[in-house]
Amino acid sequence: MNVENYIYLATLLFALGTAGVLLRRNALVVFMSVELMLNAANLAFVAFAELHGQLDGQMASFFVMVVAAAEVVVGLAIIVTIYRTRRSTSVDEANLLKF
Amino acid sequence: MIPVPLVTAAEVTFWIAGPLAVLGALGLILFRRAVYSALSMVLTMICLAVLYGSLQATFLFAVQVIVYTGAIMMLFLFVMMMVGANSTESVVETIKGQRVLSILVAVGLFALLMFGIGGAIQGAAVGLNKANAGGNVQGLAALLFGKYVFVFELTSALLIVAAVGAMTLAHIGRVGRKPTQRELAEKRLSDYATKGDHPGSLPNSGVYAHTNAITAPALLPDGTISEASVSQTLVERGAIVDAPALAAQTATAFKAIEAVRDEEDE
Repeated sequence: MNVENYIYLATLLFALGTAGVLLRRNALVVFMSVELMLNAANLAFVAFAELHGQLDGQMASFFVMVVAAAEVVVGLAIIVTIYRTRRSTSVDEANLLKF
Repeated sequence: MIPVPLVTAAEVTFWIAGPLAVLGALGLILFRRAVYSALSMVLTMICLAVLYGSLQATFLFAVQVIVYTGAIMMLFLFVMMMVGANSTESVVETIKGQRVLSILVAVGLFALLMFGIGGAIQGAAVGLNKANAGGNVQGLAALLFGKYVFVFELTSALLIVAAVGAMTLAHIGRVGRKPTQRELAEKRLSDYATKGDHPGSLPNSGVYAHTNAITAPALLPDGTISEASVSQTLVERGAIVDAPALAAQTATAFKAIEAVRDEEDE
């Protein structure tokens, strides 16, 4: 199997995640798009592990998952806190720091 | 005879799971409801798990399904339930031309990454048959507790900090002082003395031969309905059953039984 195809798929998913972050306003969907980008990076890691015949890539992917889990917990807590005070999860609404 | 192209199982898996993953990612971006976005994200993650399986990463296959699809996405869905699942976001652009520019940036990034990383691949894939010879999980464990043991220890600190941070962020501080049990009891009795509120617990719902559900009001000794025995919410919904009718049924049943007994006595 050609490893390049996996890399191309990973870059496509990463670009789609970027588009999601830039296009969407709902903080939850933006956050999920970030998760998609992390997943795409994971796929690239696993594909490179296959390419080089070493498990280090899979290990890196595993650590990315751990960091993603921690990030989701804190990020969702922040979203809930913002929702509590502003009654909205739109990223356009949080503009208190706007000049 | 048509020559059958030589395909491996991994290739078949890739061409099924790959497009599905892209479809899920597109759904994540294009659905206007956050719940649909989350569910298409689940599809993408499961497809990625299948791809990990086809890349001989059996441990990551399981972890992807359990941690990502099982835990992280369900956490997203829980939070969506808390902050309003049905909210659709507006499609009005706040910054002019932002959408076109965003799509351009995404396409540009895709091209850049594809040519950049794609060009870095040289030679055929070595394959993990040798590295996975003693088992994928065993190989990963040897790396995790050998070469990467310090990083592994650091992740424990990360997880604890994340858990404590989330608790601190989501915690709501009490505004006033919590009333003590003595104060509560004194207030209850002073209400009884001044306003005449009943200090004890509310009466139970009625118990009839046919039903003892919470929608059946209890009867007072004079046969009228006790208003306090059913929830006000149920009264407003009109879910209350007709208690005198139920009592009447019981009364007729008793009468019939007594009539039979009277006949036997005679």
